[in-house]
Amino acid sequence: MRVILRNPRREVDVAGNRRVKDILRELDIMPETVLVICGDDLITADQVVREGDTIELRPVMSGGRAGPA
Amino acid sequence: MKCRKCGEPAVLELRRHNAAFCAPDFLEFFRNQVREAIRKHRMFTRDELVLVAVSGGKDSLALWDVLIDEGYRTTGLYLDLGIFEYSVESKAKCEKFAAARGVPLLVTAVRDEVGAPVPVIQDVTRRPPCSGCGLSKRYLMNRVALEHEMPVVATGHNLDDEAATLFGSVMHWQTDALPRQSPALPSTHPKLVRRVKPLYRLSERETAAFAFLRKIDYIVEECPFAKGATSIAHKEILSRMEDASPGAKHNFLFGFLDRARPAFERAEAVTLNECVRCGQVTTGTICAFCKLADQVKRRVS
Repeated sequence: MRVILRNPRREVDVAGNRRVKDILRELDIMPETVLVICGDDLITADQVVREGDTIELRPVMSGGRAGPA
Repeated sequence: MKCRKCGEPAVLELRRHNAAFCAPDFLEFFRNQVREAIRKHRMFTRDELVLVAVSGGKDSLALWDVLIDEGYRTTGLYLDLGIFEYSVESKAKCEKFAAARGVPLLVTAVRDEVGAPVPVIQDVTRRPPCSGCGLSKRYLMNRVALEHEMPVVATGHNLDDEAATLFGSVMHWQTDALPRQSPALPSTHPKLVRRVKPLYRLSERETAAFAFLRKIDYIVEECPFAKGATSIAHKEILSRMEDASPGAKHNFLFGFLDRARPAFERAEAVTLNECVRCGQVTTGTICAFCKLADQVKRRVS
């Protein structure tokens, strides 16, 4: 299955048929730092993604200081 | 994982609340948190004009979306920082958002006001880019609000932003900064408008989820100058703490606001003057913004 990462945008292939939390652990990404997007939906860390699926791990952290966030 | 309210499949788990929500119930949870922030701190009323500072990012556009839906009288303010393609794209996102909802958007360019865009300001001052950028934003937000007779500016600062700022202040024991950290800063001078942060109860993952579920087209790419920013490092530290102990950020910020902040409020008031150049509020004779503009104009011309 394919995982889309951002900042910078890139794609990696990982083994599917397992839970999102297992994929996040393999990629060393904390669940609280990303949205997990599958198609037009958000999915939770306990959901299983299949071999042919594509998910996007969209970072939620924004930075800089003292202005409109 | 099931929605805590309706039992349907959840789309988002909120570990700090020990809960998960389906999309409709999460959107309502989010709006309730904004309503509670506005109510608790008496941020603004439906009769007041609210200037919403928007950057094209998830937080400020999510905030504007909620306020519009709640029936508040809002105008957006986009400050064009002149940061290459990032500013071009983020401005386009704000214009598209405003046009789709039929709400007014003001655009002010830092280049026109300071004499150069943020990347040049960084070169001239030799200070971190966020420094000149933040100074310009605070000044221009207040001045634009005054010019348009709006008594309050709302920004999209979220719980993570506030916790990271607090962490930075505590790390350096900036005791003068601690009393100024608040979800709602009152006007302390006729030329200072109120500043409020209606998203302070919501994490940035929650604002990102809200923006996604509301199909808000926001800029996902990070500001090119944010890489290496101290506030990002602080957020990463706090996120590790949150991962190990859900609710850590919430407890840190809300504990400060509820119990510690009053201890840092100083009895003596700071004397506020009007800048002899621009008339805006300063503690000195010439405000920091005018000094910055002078410095930039000397070096650029």
